[in-house]
Amino acid sequence: MNVLLVLPILIPLVTAVAALLAWRWRRVQRWMSVLGATALLFVALRLLTSVWRDGIQAVQMGSWPAPFGITVVADLFSAIMVALAGVMGFAVAIYSLSSMDAERESFGYYPLLHILLMGVCGAFLTGDMFNLYVWFEVMLMASFVLLVLGGERAQMEGAIKYVTLNLMSSALFLAAVGILYGMAGTLNMADLAEKLKNVHHPGLVTTLSMLFLIAFGIKAAVFPLFFWLPASYHTPPVAVSAIFAGLLTKVGVYALIRVFTLLFVHDVGYTHRLILVVAGLTMITGVLGAVAQNEFRRILSFHIVSQIGYMIMGLGLFTPLALAGSIFYIIHHIIVKTNLFLVSGVVHRLCGTYELKKLGGLYQVYPGLAILFMIPALSLAGLPPLSGFWAKLTLVQAGLEIQQYEIVAVALAVGMLTLFSMIKIWTEAFWKPSTLNPQPSDNRRRVLNLLFPIVLLALLTVAIGLVAQPFFALAERAADQLINPEAYIRAVLAGTS
Amino acid sequence: MSLILRTATRFLLPLLLLFSLFLLLRGHNSPGGGFVGGLVAAAAFALYALAFDVAAARQLLRIDPRQLIAVGLLVALASGMVAWLAREPFMTGQWSYITVLGIGPVPLGTPLIFDLGVYLVVVGVMLTIILSLAEE
Repeated sequence: MNVLLVLPILIPLVTAVAALLAWRWRRVQRWMSVLGATALLFVALRLLTSVWRDGIQAVQMGSWPAPFGITVVADLFSAIMVALAGVMGFAVAIYSLSSMDAERESFGYYPLLHILLMGVCGAFLTGDMFNLYVWFEVMLMASFVLLVLGGERAQMEGAIKYVTLNLMSSALFLAAVGILYGMAGTLNMADLAEKLKNVHHPGLVTTLSMLFLIAFGIKAAVFPLFFWLPASYHTPPVAVSAIFAGLLTKVGVYALIRVFTLLFVHDVGYTHRLILVVAGLTMITGVLGAVAQNEFRRILSFHIVSQIGYMIMGLGLFTPLALAGSIFYIIHHIIVKTNLFLVSGVVHRLCGTYELKKLGGLYQVYPGLAILFMIPALSLAGLPPLSGFWAKLTLVQAGLEIQQYEIVAVALAVGMLTLFSMIKIWTEAFWKPSTLNPQPSDNRRRVLNLLFPIVLLALLTVAIGLVAQPFFALAERAADQLINPEAYIRAVLAGTS
Repeated sequence: MSLILRTATRFLLPLLLLFSLFLLLRGHNSPGGGFVGGLVAAAAFALYALAFDVAAARQLLRIDPRQLIAVGLLVALASGMVAWLAREPFMTGQWSYITVLGIGPVPLGTPLIFDLGVYLVVVGVMLTIILSLAEE
């Protein structure tokens, strides 16, 4: 049991090292990568079932007792996120087999991909603020290199914005961690939750919470700190875009939800109200940005921003139902958004462009692919019976319950605009007649590697939509653990105080 | 490349490597450790590359510095996993006390193995960077 908690961090590391040892043999690296991703998925699901059955689990690294050492802790929310990271890692590892070019493969794509997964899993599992910073850095370091790997001109341009903004955010994060330590004398999250209650200057705690809001807000790409995302996500190869879109901003969202449910809950009227306003603005700017775009991946990138708004809307409302809605939304969104990026990659392989103006007629030639696009696209817009519908419904219901009509109106309107955007891609790329003659240049096995993850994720989307109840129960219990952090604190500090 | 530098390097190289090992072993309770030790060892090879040439330095090292990174990571990882054999959390230090030739008891533990891993990683990273840049 206590081994299970560390394995989601160790497996990607071992995989990365194995791939590094096999630097010259690309074939071996590919197999290592798939094997490691499968193992990670398996362990992540085991962890999820274990936490569901036995409750919150914690392990003290090196046996140093809790407030002093580093705690690795998994509550349901963490376990869900790790499981999602496992699914995404698996899907992208398989997709990469056919979509990554030989040059990038021989310059360390696979080791980097798994280091990225390690950073993401580490961030989800740690119970210590400074350690969270370290995992953020591990993740960012890998993402910086993945973003520029290949060295195309557009990549460099995107990377400069991405790196600069993320370094800013890291600096703010580190400064905030320093102040937090000076104020409370501890960085263990569970211990902080107890100590922050006794700090004499509530104003100082609120200021500090704003520092964290900005630091994590940049990483999560919320309004007005989002512009690095649409500037960079369309530049790397699709597999990289897809894993970035699925996981990176969500680590920011995870960190926001974690600190604003566990640590900064003393002045909910101010902090969470502000988060709610930010959520609304994020939704609107993201979706309006998407309307103006005409490039497949740029549209999708702007939609990431607007969807982030929904995720933190639940945090801003701050009721058990709203948080459950947020968590459900994250589950739904990661799967759907990664899938859309994967589809865009297939379209690019067939037609050689991402520009909607040049695309067209795909439905006629590949109706199957069109349907595979339609499932995540409609789910993103929130049409029943797909997963996005339940996610939005929960959030809207939570908003109505506490009479937050403005945010509900925004959420619904943005849903409509999202549908408009998705229909735009549909009509331009799939429906409109075109002289373009898409040529499949791949053999059967390569196509299978591309389609398998897409079909898998599409099936997951449909499954979550049709059988929403177990997923909702999962989100609800995870939200319950966030709202009542006593169990979390007890699990971490057990036997030490 | 000057004769003086080449001759001096022949003497300095073993000294630097010995010193790096000294730093590594001393590191547990006093200033030193795998990181500094690794830097000094990498500096020794970098000096060799300056005095002779990069190909000679690679030959002296025998192993691709990239492999050193991987091996170092594995060593560090393994040192953490030893704790599982004792059914303790990851990274818990495991110690044994050995008396050799009447000296001791000398405490030997997994933190030293971890430090060795760090040492190898640092040597690997530094030499990957330095030798690649020198070849440009």
